[in-house]
Amino acid sequence: MPEIALPKVNVGASRAEVEPAKTIIEVNGLSLFYGHSKALKEISLAIGEKLVTAFIGPSGCGKSTLLRCFNRMNDLIDGVRIEGSVRIASQDINHPEVDVIELRKRVGMVFQKSNPFPKSIYDNVAYGLRLQGIRSKSELDGIVEQSLKQAALWEEVKDRLHTSGLGLSGGQQQRLCIARAIAIKPEIILMDEPASALDPIATARIEDLILDLKRQFTIVIVTHNMQQAARISDQTAFFYLGELIEYDTTTKIFTNPARKQTEDYVTGRFG
Amino acid sequence: MPDSSTSTAAADFNAASRPFRSARFDWFSFLGRWVTGLAALLIIAILVVILGNIFWVGAPNVSWRFLTTGTATDMFDIEKAGILPMIFGTTARVILMTIIVLPAGVLTAVYLTEYAAAASLFTRIIRGAVNNLAGVPSIVFGLFGAGFFVQFLGGRMDALLHPESAGVVWGKPALLWASATLAVMTLPVVIVATEEALRAIPQGLREASLALGATKLETIARVVLPQAVPGILTGAILAVGRAAGEVAPILFTGAAYYMADLPGTLHDQFMDLGYHVFILSTQSPNVERTRPLLYATVLVLLGLTFMLNIVAIFVRGHMRKKMRQLQ
Amino acid sequence: MGLKRGHRARPVEWILEKAIFLVSLTSILMVFLIFVFIGREALPVIFGRTNTALVQKVIPVEKMDELTAAELQEYLNLTPTQFKELDHESKRALMEVRLDYAKEHSEDPDARINTTSWRYLLGPHRWAGYSKPEYIWQPVSDIPKFNIIPLIIGSLKVTLVALIFSVPLALGAAIYVSQLARPRVREIAKPVIELLAGIPSVVLGFFALIVMATVLQRFFGYQSRLNALCAGLALGFSVIPVVFSIAEDALTSVPRSYVQAALALGASQWRAAWQVVLPAALPGVFAAIALGFGRAVGETMIVLMASGNASIVSGSILDSARTITATIAAELGEVVSGSPHYRVLFLIGVLLFAVTFLTNLAADLIMHRLKGRLEGRR
Repeated sequence: MPEIALPKVNVGASRAEVEPAKTIIEVNGLSLFYGHSKALKEISLAIGEKLVTAFIGPSGCGKSTLLRCFNRMNDLIDGVRIEGSVRIASQDINHPEVDVIELRKRVGMVFQKSNPFPKSIYDNVAYGLRLQGIRSKSELDGIVEQSLKQAALWEEVKDRLHTSGLGLSGGQQQRLCIARAIAIKPEIILMDEPASALDPIATARIEDLILDLKRQFTIVIVTHNMQQAARISDQTAFFYLGELIEYDTTTKIFTNPARKQTEDYVTGRFG
Repeated sequence: MPDSSTSTAAADFNAASRPFRSARFDWFSFLGRWVTGLAALLIIAILVVILGNIFWVGAPNVSWRFLTTGTATDMFDIEKAGILPMIFGTTARVILMTIIVLPAGVLTAVYLTEYAAAASLFTRIIRGAVNNLAGVPSIVFGLFGAGFFVQFLGGRMDALLHPESAGVVWGKPALLWASATLAVMTLPVVIVATEEALRAIPQGLREASLALGATKLETIARVVLPQAVPGILTGAILAVGRAAGEVAPILFTGAAYYMADLPGTLHDQFMDLGYHVFILSTQSPNVERTRPLLYATVLVLLGLTFMLNIVAIFVRGHMRKKMRQLQ
Repeated sequence: MGLKRGHRARPVEWILEKAIFLVSLTSILMVFLIFVFIGREALPVIFGRTNTALVQKVIPVEKMDELTAAELQEYLNLTPTQFKELDHESKRALMEVRLDYAKEHSEDPDARINTTSWRYLLGPHRWAGYSKPEYIWQPVSDIPKFNIIPLIIGSLKVTLVALIFSVPLALGAAIYVSQLARPRVREIAKPVIELLAGIPSVVLGFFALIVMATVLQRFFGYQSRLNALCAGLALGFSVIPVVFSIAEDALTSVPRSYVQAALALGASQWRAAWQVVLPAALPGVFAAIALGFGRAVGETMIVLMASGNASIVSGSILDSARTITATIAAELGEVVSGSPHYRVLFLIGVLLFAVTFLTNLAADLIMHRLKGRLEGRR
């Protein structure tokens, strides 16, 4: 047993111990290169459906990079090259015949710094819906309301749906971005340190939200906050310098990690 | 936690029924990309056609003789024409303009940035006026130059300096007046460029100098201005580039299309490249015959202005590199 | 120690600083002087103090001695120097000339009209020898006509052609270069397009006159070789880089986070550009168009060389047209300083100045207003 007190772990979060989950994302020997520098080293793991999976590790270890592989946002960076495969729903998403736009409609993303459009709250949430060709006002109204309710923002904004999204507080803006992402009902939601720019109260609300959302969506969340990972995730993957060090249920990672490096990190000896 | 089996809006992931492929072709995006790309291409094509045409027809006619000789009498004769007087005139007026505008513009910018109260109404009005001057049409400057410099100032100078002479010395179009008009026209460019360069210098540098016991003027002269030189240079070169090609402001303030000699004093008129292009295009007795001449002159004028622009871009790039090194 | 010696301890420095102040003052005064001077020269016309009527109040020669020197000078339309130089006999002769002139033109209904009054500057009139009321600008004639409507229409026509041609092209290219092109393509395309700005307007005018006019006439087969279409297109060439630069800057300044958010929701690059970036960059785009308009309206050499310079009132862009700028450029060399023609030229100069000034002001205001609104009242 380590000498330093471990963070309190909510054992109930690890649903996966009770029932096995279907694999939805399968990563096989994935390596990623920025030019000549290797940012991800032969990563292999499987992400379960309707679970919350957390990627933890010190800064620069590649967890955000891996996350961005799942919706191919790394394509936007010049000089990026990958080897190995990422399969979502049994399809190789890097296959030339795959339409990356369709992929992104089903694998959504929430960013570290909230980025609502300079449009009204309503138009922000409706943006993705309109992209899909939904035009009927009643249908849009319905989905916008539902998404804002799911994101726990409806009560606060229902009377000012047509004011600018930029007029909200930081925490509200992030919930707006979440509402915007879930409005198009993706199957997977990727979250890149969604609460790192927020105060503790706003962070707690986002965490509650995630626990609620996982009934419907598969969530992969990158976080540098270990307590957060322990609180909300079912599975946790620990990365270091581009390598996957350990991947297991959250309970195991935080109470009885197999690798010494993992133990050192979760007990705060480094990172 | 009980498994929620109430169905979700998210469909089951079933690869066989829902591959990552779009059902319909996205016409909107396809057309959008192509239309805008073609717009960019069309603009470049226009540029290529214009420059290409000028180069193609003009280049064979530009010879060393063409550039270094030229009397006004043979202006329309392809065999004998030369544009030396025009090159001289353009260069002279541009140099004179720079001598006038550079000190005036730089010192004004120094005053506005370093001495004047930053947000006072007075300063804001001045800045507003300077910025607006940048957008004033060049013919309005020609009007001003003709009315104020040539008639008013020139007339007064004649009354003072040559009261008995029957002829008009200063009260007519002259090299001095054309250069002065151009200086007024390019003043805002130099002021704005200098102000930007001065503002880019961190306050810390000034404070360090003052803390060592230097006076404000010494700080400006030894620390601030030397740092700002690239920015000022860029502004100056851009101003010169623009002024070299302008014809409207010099139509009534100094350009002439026939001068027996090169201008010898400041109150002489002068010949000018741009003005010559204008005259050859619109008043040539035989357009077909003077075509090669015209093209050659245009080519030389273009060469001059492009060279200046390229130099300005280089200086600006060099300056940006230096700034990055500082940070 | 002499900590308080201040400027007396450093006289040279004090002098230099005063010199800087003086030079700045001169420059600043120059800036304001332009506004003032041009306005001043046009003021007499604006306030209706000029009179070009051929037949004005006629004073019989016998009454010559009843007039004061000043009154006589004004009646004979002489400058003080000229008045001093003439002797009594010559002045008398001049008065008789006035009388004869009045008698000659007593039949002419137009002779009594002050053609520089506002009614004739702006309104149509049925002049002698014409079948219906016309707007005519014809300063060089027995009865000088100064109606500025044909000039305004000419300027507007040419500017309209230029804007319709250049704004879509420049905006489209700006969207492509800023949002859709690969970085390497962008690095080449942007400076190349901005190269267009380095071509002096006299060169564009030359190109329009010598090359474009012929090509266009052969292609469309119309009457006047030099017309609003030809000049408008060449004018468009000079407007394109202005609109392109400012719009491209505005589009590129939109934070990349918006683009990433849109792409992550499944938008294509084009949709992200059109639906998110362009609306966010709207203030800059409007400013670009406004400044393009200002540039087009104020351009002189291109229209002087390529528009045909016929001051007519016509709706067709295939007709020759005369702009305000070309009028000033063409006629300023021939006018007598201080004459009504001279003053009317300054008047249209003031008009031009006012239009560009207001356009720039509007562009600035729009940019500030819209920017504030888009940032959520930040």
